[in-house]
Amino acid sequence: MDAPPPRRDTLNLRSVIIQAVLIITVVFLIVSGIRNAQHNLEVMGMTSGFGFLERATGWGYSFSLIERSVDDTYARTLSIGLMNTVFLGGLAIITTTILGFLIGTLRDAHNLALQTVAAGFVHIFRNIPLILQLVFWYAVLIHMPGQRQAYALGDMLFLSNRGLGVPTLNLDGGVVAALFLASFGLAVGLVRYWNPPRLVRLAAWLAGTAAMIWVAILMFVPEGEPLLSVPELRGLRFRGGVNISVEFLAMIIAITLYGSAYIAEVVRGGLQEVRRGLIEAGQALGLKESTIWWQIKMPMALRTIIPPLGNQWIFMMKATTIGVAIGFSDLFMLISTSITQSGQTLELIFLLVAAFVFINFSLAQIINWMNARMQLKGH
Amino acid sequence: MATAITEAAPSRLDRTIAQLRKRAFRTPRDTAISIVVFGILAAAIWTVIDWALIGAVWSVENVDQCPQAAGACWAVIDARHRLILFGLYPYEEHWRSTLACLAIIATVILSCLPAMWSAVRLITLWIAGFAAYYLLMEGSLLGLRQVTTDQWGGLSLTLFLFASVVLLGMPMGLALALMRRSKLRLVRLVASLLIDFVRSLPLLATLFTAAVVFPILLPGWLQGDKIWRVIVAFALFFACYQAEVFRGGFQAIPKGQNEAGLSLGLGAWRTFFLIVLPQVFRHALPGTINMVVITFKETALVIIIGFFDLLASAGAAFGTGQWAPYYLEVYAFVGLIYWAFIFSLGQYGEYLKGRMTVVVH
Repeated sequence: MDAPPPRRDTLNLRSVIIQAVLIITVVFLIVSGIRNAQHNLEVMGMTSGFGFLERATGWGYSFSLIERSVDDTYARTLSIGLMNTVFLGGLAIITTTILGFLIGTLRDAHNLALQTVAAGFVHIFRNIPLILQLVFWYAVLIHMPGQRQAYALGDMLFLSNRGLGVPTLNLDGGVVAALFLASFGLAVGLVRYWNPPRLVRLAAWLAGTAAMIWVAILMFVPEGEPLLSVPELRGLRFRGGVNISVEFLAMIIAITLYGSAYIAEVVRGGLQEVRRGLIEAGQALGLKESTIWWQIKMPMALRTIIPPLGNQWIFMMKATTIGVAIGFSDLFMLISTSITQSGQTLELIFLLVAAFVFINFSLAQIINWMNARMQLKGH
Repeated sequence: MATAITEAAPSRLDRTIAQLRKRAFRTPRDTAISIVVFGILAAAIWTVIDWALIGAVWSVENVDQCPQAAGACWAVIDARHRLILFGLYPYEEHWRSTLACLAIIATVILSCLPAMWSAVRLITLWIAGFAAYYLLMEGSLLGLRQVTTDQWGGLSLTLFLFASVVLLGMPMGLALALMRRSKLRLVRLVASLLIDFVRSLPLLATLFTAAVVFPILLPGWLQGDKIWRVIVAFALFFACYQAEVFRGGFQAIPKGQNEAGLSLGLGAWRTFFLIVLPQVFRHALPGTINMVVITFKETALVIIIGFFDLLASAGAAFGTGQWAPYYLEVYAFVGLIYWAFIFSLGQYGEYLKGRMTVVVH
């Protein structure tokens, strides 16, 4: 046998041709896209490159966690947009996960009344487009009474057409952020390096966090000012506290309701996968219903829940982009405003894509880590 | 003996009561929870009924009569339903819009019937339904007055986007799934890169790119209408998710099926089309319906890139001064339309999932 079998030969030739054609097509598409872009930009008189990031924007927008002005550079404005997206998305992930687990557990409950309410919730909020729910809540919120007639809850929370006024600690934003980080660090440290029962750890964490807040209050609250800054009606507007804007409220309400309906279905699916015998074993041992839920059902169900739950988290991050419909200044809205204002379309779209690829990749890492942990524990 | 038998067969009502007693009133705690929760639920439902039905006004001669209503003022729907359903389509041609919408709805309903589940029938049905829609809406080929796509709107535009995305995206998804399973490494690589890339972007960013960036990247003669660019981008998005659904379907087919076909001398193509593919479709059906439902929901996003779909026309319906206070009624109406479509498709998917597990195993 000095020649390979002929059938094999033609097959290889064919596969080489197919792959070559595919690659040539892809390269051709990319090259002609670039050439067209160069040509079209020349006609429009645009210069390409990222130099525009240093220019001042000259326009304002609705929401930011840090100081902002119309003199900010594009770079700073877009960073604020990324921060808003991550902040809103992160908060939405927390709220949807809590509400979703609650509703999902209720759907699996023995009691018919709880089951009915949970099923109704899922069927209503899952079957209406998210963006319709968003514009609906936005419309409801901006039709609230003005600040002078705001709905008050115990003289602490004030709901008006300008948003929700909430009391805050009389502390600087940086100090609050540092407190959050320190509290989170304490939680991680306790989980990793200390092994007493769960309740003791929880108590230690709460005590530690309270102590940190107390120290911060002693050190940073200005002399002669109250501990809590409560919103107060002075003249036509509220002073003090923090005002959560209408746009942010509408976003968080809409995403929370829609997303938790989806997560509830994921959780219900996970709980139903738990083998009946395991629960009966718990009952036979005389465990309480809550103990069975925490110690048997949930740990077993989490293994099926986590992968689809991760997909929902990624969806939530992407869903923040609809903020543009009501003027919430997330990354997408600031990018699209930048495009109309500066005309640097390709560069800005590149930044948008890069930001989302980065966010999704980071989230996927967290989910993979959680998944690996859950799977290992059982075996 | 006879009495024992009559006693042993409890009536339907008795069984319901027994069920209720077991599931809602078993222990004192259960009873307390049930009474409170059912009480709140009843109050909530009553509030809605009171607003939407009892206190509602259905039609008025003048807008001024609306504020006197204790509940909803449905007169806004009476006055504006044509705008909500058909957008800016010429008023006297609305019958065409109606028929076109019915053609799409009939297509969707017909494809739910098991009798239609063969590739040839489904393809024929969808192309026929889509063609009927297009011919009626556009009109010039049927000798009717021509209406260009920029005048299409409301529910008819939403249905058009939905149908064209599914029709275009389905073959693209199958092609991508096949490419991802190819024996050729480069083909596999290109498909995986494309699928993972598109899946990591928000749909809105994809649609926005199609509307704004494609005009820069494409030569003038290839740009086409904005609506077609957006539909192609949406279809690509659909295809990348649908490809993963198909891939799951392919993985569920045992290798022996393919080998059996080949050993019977059917040849690679016929084995694929007659043996493998029909089973793939069957396995992928629940996932596919899920994708179709999501697509219907996501069409509402096109309002952001400037299309006059169902959601946008709802905004326009109460956007003009006099009807402005009745936004709740308009959103309720539009929400109900979306809900009816999505809920029934979703329930059908659930039913199918239940049925399929019995059939397959």
